[in-house]
Amino acid sequence: MALSQLLSSSSRSGNRLKSLSSAISLRHPISTDTTPITVETSVPFTSHQCEVPSRTVQTNAKELLTFFRDMALMRRMEIAADSLYKAKLIRGFCHLYDGQEAVAVGMEAAITKKDSIITAYRDHCTFIARGGTLLEVFAELMGRQAGCSRGKGGSMHFYKKDSNFYGGHGIVGAQVPLGCGLAFAQKYCKDEAVTFALYGDGAANQGQLFEALNISALWDLPAILVCENNHYGMGTAEWRAAKSPAYYKRGDYVPGLKVDGMDVLAVKQACTFAKEHALKNGPIILEMDTYRYHGHSMSDPGSTYRTRDEITGVRQERDPVERIRKLILSHDLATEKELKDTEKEVRKEVDDAIAQAKENPVPDSSELFTNVYAKGLGVESFGADRKEVRATLP
Amino acid sequence: MLAISRQRILGQCFQKIRPAVSELRSYSSAAKQITVREALNSSLDEEMSADPKVFLMGEEVGEYQGAYKITKGLLEKYGPERVLDTPITEAGFTGIGVGAAYYGLKPVVEFMTFNFSMQAIDHIINSAAKSNYMSAGQISVPIVFRGPNGAAAGVGAQHSQCYAAWYASCPGLKVLSPYNSEDARGLLKAAIRDPDPVVFLENELLYGESFPVSDEVLDSSFSLPIGKAKIEREGNDVTITAFSKMVGYALKAAEILEKDGINAEVINLRSIRPLDRSTINASVRKTNRLITVEEGFPQHGVGAEICSSVVEESFAYLDAPVERIAGADVPMPYAANLERMAVPQVEDIVRAAKRACYRSVPLAATA
Repeated sequence: MALSQLLSSSSRSGNRLKSLSSAISLRHPISTDTTPITVETSVPFTSHQCEVPSRTVQTNAKELLTFFRDMALMRRMEIAADSLYKAKLIRGFCHLYDGQEAVAVGMEAAITKKDSIITAYRDHCTFIARGGTLLEVFAELMGRQAGCSRGKGGSMHFYKKDSNFYGGHGIVGAQVPLGCGLAFAQKYCKDEAVTFALYGDGAANQGQLFEALNISALWDLPAILVCENNHYGMGTAEWRAAKSPAYYKRGDYVPGLKVDGMDVLAVKQACTFAKEHALKNGPIILEMDTYRYHGHSMSDPGSTYRTRDEITGVRQERDPVERIRKLILSHDLATEKELKDTEKEVRKEVDDAIAQAKENPVPDSSELFTNVYAKGLGVESFGADRKEVRATLP
Repeated sequence: MLAISRQRILGQCFQKIRPAVSELRSYSSAAKQITVREALNSSLDEEMSADPKVFLMGEEVGEYQGAYKITKGLLEKYGPERVLDTPITEAGFTGIGVGAAYYGLKPVVEFMTFNFSMQAIDHIINSAAKSNYMSAGQISVPIVFRGPNGAAAGVGAQHSQCYAAWYASCPGLKVLSPYNSEDARGLLKAAIRDPDPVVFLENELLYGESFPVSDEVLDSSFSLPIGKAKIEREGNDVTITAFSKMVGYALKAAEILEKDGINAEVINLRSIRPLDRSTINASVRKTNRLITVEEGFPQHGVGAEICSSVVEESFAYLDAPVERIAGADVPMPYAANLERMAVPQVEDIVRAAKRACYRSVPLAATA
């Protein structure tokens, strides 16, 4: 009965989509159809010290098309950032997330803005998922006023406190105790919300992670530690860095789940499960099996420690955007052309945001001395030559 | 908006130095006496009572009543949700404290001594101090890191370092160091109420010392301004700056110098960052001579910064080179006689003051 519903609704929504897209020719074909569609995740979940969530996931056309659009936008944004970096409009460090989009998008779909997220330096897409704008991203990357940190943070320091996104951290592993602290505060305030603290396979060996996990387990904090395992900590493959690369098991007494991080529906399912678990039972680890197409950062070609065949192999077999495209097409939720139009639209959005960001001014010189303190007490601060440049901190 | 002044300085920068207003208030002579320990304990109690977002975290702060009994009674009064005993994992629990501050709580994290803060220093500097700046004001960090700092007695090299200079060099932190009970109450309350990360450097040997306090100091609304030094003793001949335990030594040195006709002005810094440059410079412009005193290592220390500040702002007023009394440039030894040589003594301050006043015999060659 579900199947016949599926067939009839998909063709109905297909017709609806066609009429929608012809009526509003510039609009993307986001279907409003919320008829449930049942899908299986790519692989079953594997668990450590807890039960396994079902690999059967409920979704609908609207959700899938939103996933496609969001991930296509993130993909396009990161590729555009690559070009900007090569054009020297972005300086310093730039760590790109293309390939890992399903983690950011799937996680966001499982939670609310009351839940908190904290991550490391590969943060552009997480910021977008939390409600940040493309202009804020590109302006920050180029060091302009309209950036989310007004140009003072850079690629690694994006924040959006009003959506409970706490950055954006450059020191490997530091974000994990910080995330457990956010979870502590949520419990202290009785907010009935959880914190997702993301870290990589490189950071998974950090001592402070285990210190924070111990405290989180002792104090039953609603902390979800998410290992985005892209299998390389900078240039070091996981098997060269970790005696046990089964990161979901590394919590020992803390339960863990291994998830296909390239399958946005699996990510959403796992995060829903984890949130429920954390609110009742304390910390849990999610290991997202994912992959980054770029090197560690823009200064790393990413091909000295892995083969080009491996990279193209993942792109062909497991790409998160392609996976959703195939799902949408096989369920007849949109046509190929409509999906291509969506991609054209997001490309235009990205290009427009870049153009706007390029016009945006750099911060005023006085911004050198702002935000050193929340309450500056009128003390003096100094430039390089203190007899030439001094400021009073407000 | 901010005023950044670009000034070509010809001679001295007169406009920036305001005359130091005497901070000496006369309290009623029938003053109560409380120990520094009682002062800190009562401050924590009052601030926790006033603001439910304030909580304590650290090793042995709860059931053990505090390694040095500073947090005595607070677990019983506020419960285990607000007074948290942590495992011996400074990096982990400091990070958790900073994360809680990101969310808007007001943690007071205790380091059993600041020597152990080195395990967590990345969180103090990179996670706490810099966040408000990097986020352009979105993420402020209203946290206090407190605990005993500097030398105790016979605890050896790994347990005796003074961290004032290291923390005070970092923009984004505020660094306070109380001397007496009034300082302890006023500065700790100010630190807890402050929206920025504050490093609060206490001294183990001062915990048991009693000082007179007025009714004003005992009031729960009392606090002292951050960034203002106090002139503990007015004088005209030489300025002595000090903080924490060394203030007591400087006052004793001043009494000895008085007998030799040298009238010393003793400044209790109270705040290492922000440093009260205007009070220090105003004092040096009056006395024309400066001795800086600190317990910590001499190189790149607090005294070096004070000396630089005075040379920059008040060079023409100096009648003698600035003298610097600091801990010896060695790891702290254990043997009592060597330990005594490794930390400033009252006679060191007296000798330096006399040198600055050109009253001493030229230095004999030393080993």
